[in-house]
Amino acid sequence: MNAYQEFRMIGSRPVRPDGLDKVTGRARYGADLNMQGQLYGHVVRSPHAHAVIRSIDCSKALAMEGVLAVMTGQDLVEPGNQMLGSGEGAMALKDVVPMVMSQGKVLFHSQAVAAVAATSPELAAQAAQAVEVVYDVLPAVTDVHKALAADAPILHDDRFPDGYPEEPTNLATHISLTVGDPDAAFEKAEVVIEQNYSVPMCHQGYIEPHACVARADAAGRVELWCCTQGHFTVRHYTSAVTGIDLGKIKVTASEIGGGFGGKTTVYLEPLAVILAQKSGRPVKMVMDRGDVFRATGPAPGAETKVKLGATRDGKLIAADVECLMDSGAYNGNPAGIPAFMATACYKLTDARSTGRSVYTNKPKIHAYRAPSIPQVTLGFELAITELAAELGMDPIEFRLLNAVEEGDANMMGAPYNRIGLRECLEVARNHAHYKSAVAEGAGRGVAMGYWINAGMQSSATLNVIADGHVAILTGSPDIGGSRASMALMASEVLGIPFEHIHPKVAATDAVGHTDLTGGSRTTLATGQAVIQAAEQCVAEMCRRAAAEWDVEAGVVTWSQGAAHYGDQSLTFEELASRAGAMGGPLTFSSSLTSTSTAPGFGVHICDAEVDKETGRTTITRYTAIQDAGKAIHPDYVEGQMQGGAVQGIGWALNEEYLYNADGVLENPGFLDYRIPVASDLPFIDAVIVEVPNPLHPFGVKGVGEVPIVPPMPAIAEAVYQSTGVRFRDLPLNPPKIVAALASN
Amino acid sequence: MAVQEFISPTSLSEAQQAVSDGAVSSWLAGGTDLLVGIRLGARDPARVVDLKQIPELTAIEIDDASVRIGAAASAFDVLHNSDVPSLFPGLAEALDLIGSTQIQGRCSAGGNLCNASPAADSIPALIANGAQCRILGPDGERMLAVEDFVVGPNQNALAPGELLVELILPRPTAGTSDSYLRLTPRTEMDIAVAGAGVSITVDESGNCAAARVAIGAVAPTALLVDAAAEALVGSQLDQAAIDAAVEAVRAAAAPISDKRGTAEYRTHVVGVLVTRALAKAQDRITEARS
Repeated sequence: MNAYQEFRMIGSRPVRPDGLDKVTGRARYGADLNMQGQLYGHVVRSPHAHAVIRSIDCSKALAMEGVLAVMTGQDLVEPGNQMLGSGEGAMALKDVVPMVMSQGKVLFHSQAVAAVAATSPELAAQAAQAVEVVYDVLPAVTDVHKALAADAPILHDDRFPDGYPEEPTNLATHISLTVGDPDAAFEKAEVVIEQNYSVPMCHQGYIEPHACVARADAAGRVELWCCTQGHFTVRHYTSAVTGIDLGKIKVTASEIGGGFGGKTTVYLEPLAVILAQKSGRPVKMVMDRGDVFRATGPAPGAETKVKLGATRDGKLIAADVECLMDSGAYNGNPAGIPAFMATACYKLTDARSTGRSVYTNKPKIHAYRAPSIPQVTLGFELAITELAAELGMDPIEFRLLNAVEEGDANMMGAPYNRIGLRECLEVARNHAHYKSAVAEGAGRGVAMGYWINAGMQSSATLNVIADGHVAILTGSPDIGGSRASMALMASEVLGIPFEHIHPKVAATDAVGHTDLTGGSRTTLATGQAVIQAAEQCVAEMCRRAAAEWDVEAGVVTWSQGAAHYGDQSLTFEELASRAGAMGGPLTFSSSLTSTSTAPGFGVHICDAEVDKETGRTTITRYTAIQDAGKAIHPDYVEGQMQGGAVQGIGWALNEEYLYNADGVLENPGFLDYRIPVASDLPFIDAVIVEVPNPLHPFGVKGVGEVPIVPPMPAIAEAVYQSTGVRFRDLPLNPPKIVAALASN
Repeated sequence: MAVQEFISPTSLSEAQQAVSDGAVSSWLAGGTDLLVGIRLGARDPARVVDLKQIPELTAIEIDDASVRIGAAASAFDVLHNSDVPSLFPGLAEALDLIGSTQIQGRCSAGGNLCNASPAADSIPALIANGAQCRILGPDGERMLAVEDFVVGPNQNALAPGELLVELILPRPTAGTSDSYLRLTPRTEMDIAVAGAGVSITVDESGNCAAARVAIGAVAPTALLVDAAAEALVGSQLDQAAIDAAVEAVRAAAAPISDKRGTAEYRTHVVGVLVTRALAKAQDRITEARS
């Protein structure tokens, strides 16, 4: 039972507090901050995808007038095996440091090898060219199968995954899980299908490139301003990578122009800090678009083999999933999630799931919105659709027969609490889109998706201002409208107007520890801290009113933004203005590790029409249905659902990293790395389903990641229905479709 | 090396004077390719000479015989001219495909031509309409057909010191219309994988009296395909004639396989585009007559 059942503010759609600044250009993003006397950092990057660095000579660069500092990987710590925790999977320091700067060996093209700081960006670029690096070039491997071949160049000769102790290979991880007896279950199955599916490596495609300014003082303290999904994470990683004490680093998050998981680590920040320490001047660094594509962590490409077994009457009884993922040059741990979560939407008591990841000469992969699940879901959901067709069943009916509900366990073992998958499927089945006839020449696909959703640590501080307004400080960068959600939740508890609440993203020294904005956790967990702080405020105000009236605190009630006892009342404004005389400033903080998270589920319906002559696919109608638990600000829930669907459409149709034989990325820009533009898309109809999360006071479930999970299999099925040709390898770009239609 | 000098002449003679010392200069007719090229390091001029302040170069003039588009006239001005889009709807389609509205406020047909990208959208449309280039150089003026102006990928026929002044298009005769279509994976903000510009003249009896067929992004330069025109002229634009024209453009196409598409795909799709562009031009003629 949720603590709050009826809502005054929750579910309304006020204008977001940060909206005016963002639409008028006043909001300050990563590259908007400048400091007096700042230098400009420029990174020297490797022209080779695989090489040993013989020597780096920075003397000519440093001798240039106006060049004040140079650095190499030797200025960073020598990483051991220690782990860094972070929102979307812990990471070993030895896998983080080389993504900041290489130390002796280069494992992907454009990897940082040195950096300079100079008095202008032009001079810094010239100085970077004057840095002399001598390489012993090695053969590069960018394909996972070639990387696993016996004669492949080995990227790490000191890494041995579990179970492979004898000799180094490019296999990074190998995880296998089994529940029940899948082999016996397949024996019993009356219908079995087995297919292979693939998705290419792709980038999160955030519009704002990485940017930061660093300042260091004589006492060894460091300040950083940067665009990030988590400034506490930046502080932690910067400390770990540079060896500077955590307590001496302060990080302030700028506004952020997209992250999608890609801004949950550090790239430039430790470099700017070291250059600032060496030069004694502030140092600003801004990554250019090409380097964002070439040298930050993309999402892994993946190949998935799916084998499913069912009975004739439509019961899914066995599954075997093998997912092979591209980790890039270091271990980005992509294989665990598909192994654990591939089957998460289905009642399956007998299943096997295997994930493997492989080192290749590409940038180390990083989180991208429900990391690794869209890739494996393409295979699993498309196989489900193919199996439903084989059984002659409607794809939604087949899913309803087999969908998980409360009490069912997935491969991780713990049973689900109150989830909303079946409700989403019911809504999909009854939706006007699904009931409508498919247009002539078009096709329709349906798929569903799961994401675990995170809880983690959050803090909030609530300061009551004398005029009855409230400032709320949190440590969660606002990517998707979280300020508006925090203000709504505080408004709900306090009973004061939304406009009187001023949410702020506070720096690392101004609010309690808060994990990054990721894992769809912010509205849930930081929101819970805000609710708790507001509840403390209400309790204290009731206590003060009781003292004023000389009654027991317990008899005072709080409603409509005021304390009440009998016919007496004291409003929030009165209690705020008299705070000094009634007990002092009203400040409340809450910090927590949220254990109230709930998984998210969604169902998407897609209509697509393929031009059979040109191979171009047009998405003609799209409906995204998702259980949000309780939508705090429905605009931003719908925005997440629409944005995730659009990213999935891009990945399905055109997005793809294209490497040449030397391991050089051929499309490092938005002209040839084709994310969809507005005119490529229909209106994405977002239907919010609300099955409250019983563990959260308002019933919230995370919503940000689920919507990127179903699009690829839904679109692939729609393309099949439009063309009659089954595509199992993405992207479904025009040349691929024309070639396949011609050969059929 | 950065740009050392930026000059904004206000007359053609000042423009010629500005480059008379032979220093490495680039004309700026909008800058939407030049500035990107400088930033990427692909272009490295010591001097940039802005052409936007020269009235003759941004003028659009129409008389009974021809339409003259100043080389630096913006795509926006051409698209919003009272006559050009109705006289040359295909050319307007091509210009409207370039960049965004903001880009169209700066970019120019002349600049698109001089940049000489194999995938330029306006070039096949200009060729289809028989556009001529008026070129001014140290030794006087010369004229050159657009199909001869581009000599290779990003290479044009201008000699040092020469300047493209304007594009001259013969006014279309009765029963004439044009069309331009391109294939891009996205709907906009993209670059042609293949493009096709056609102009046809159809008499009252439905007979094709004249035709020009140009294709882009399927060879080092945009191509005028005479064999395709020959297949159409004298026909009723029946399926056999169109199939023959498509066969001719596919034979003329000599594309590469790259990140934007395979050679096989480009050869295939340019034929589809020619078929559709012909149908569109024909519809325009029918509509004008009705």
